[in-house]
Amino acid sequence: MTTPNGQDRGRDADLVRRLLGPEAPELSCEECFDRLDEYVELSLAGGSADERVPGMRVHLEGCPACAEDYESLRDLVETEEN
Amino acid sequence: MTIPSETATETSDARTAETNLWMRRLTGEGPEREAAVGELHALLLRAARFEIERRRVSLPHLRGGDFDDLAHQSAHDALVALLGKLDQFRGESRFTTWAYKFALLEAGVKMRRRAWQGRELPLEEQGWALLADTGSRPDRSAEEAELVAAVREEIDRSLSARQREVLIAVTLNDVPIDVLAERLGATRGALYKSLHDGRRKLRAALGERGFQIGQKREA
Repeated sequence: MTTPNGQDRGRDADLVRRLLGPEAPELSCEECFDRLDEYVELSLAGGSADERVPGMRVHLEGCPACAEDYESLRDLVETEEN
Repeated sequence: MTIPSETATETSDARTAETNLWMRRLTGEGPEREAAVGELHALLLRAARFEIERRRVSLPHLRGGDFDDLAHQSAHDALVALLGKLDQFRGESRFTTWAYKFALLEAGVKMRRRAWQGRELPLEEQGWALLADTGSRPDRSAEEAELVAAVREEIDRSLSARQREVLIAVTLNDVPIDVLAERLGATRGALYKSLHDGRRKLRAALGERGFQIGQKREA
């Protein structure tokens, strides 16, 4: 069972994590959009998406809007393929 | 399930042929191009509707016709943007995947902006209050309270006004970055750069104060 203190500590850690963001080289929003289609297809194929598109995963961790775009494109392509 | 290699090759060939056909028709002239543009618009409209359906719960006050209007606006704007960038398609994905992202972006931005239409953005003080609540609770360990207090101090001391504004709005007050961009008359990319630069300065300032703030890892 999670105690109230445990929940608070989780919230603290989440706040600090969101404020500080990922700590690694990352793409810009424009670069993310440019390569999003390639990254999605590589991800769905189980390929080396992070090797082929370095900096994408870190950007998606730090940019909620681009992360939403990624999830939408991945889900749409997956739906179309099925 | 593993796809037999021969079938995988056939699938890949079919996708390449489909992509080449789209590009040949769209870069051509006359009725063939007009037909291709019409089919492309239908494809973009389908993608926009997909995105709007995912997000419609965020807009409970809108009616079905409103959502359809948003879908059509998104498909139109995506078509214009895509045709303007057709020469930038590098063939790193299927043409349809490349096209979908234009419609999803337009629909996502329009839905987020509509959800915030007429709403005041949360004040910086509301974001600060989250940190203040966190740091002042008696159940915090000394280390946790010290880190939160340092984060708060360095946001105030080390960041520019714009970096502080973007950081607090996006990470603490959950304002979508494209909504913030619209209100501030900036682009999403420019604001994300402010956010990125602010985070980097914040991590550096905390590091100088001796805080271990995470493991570096490969991108």
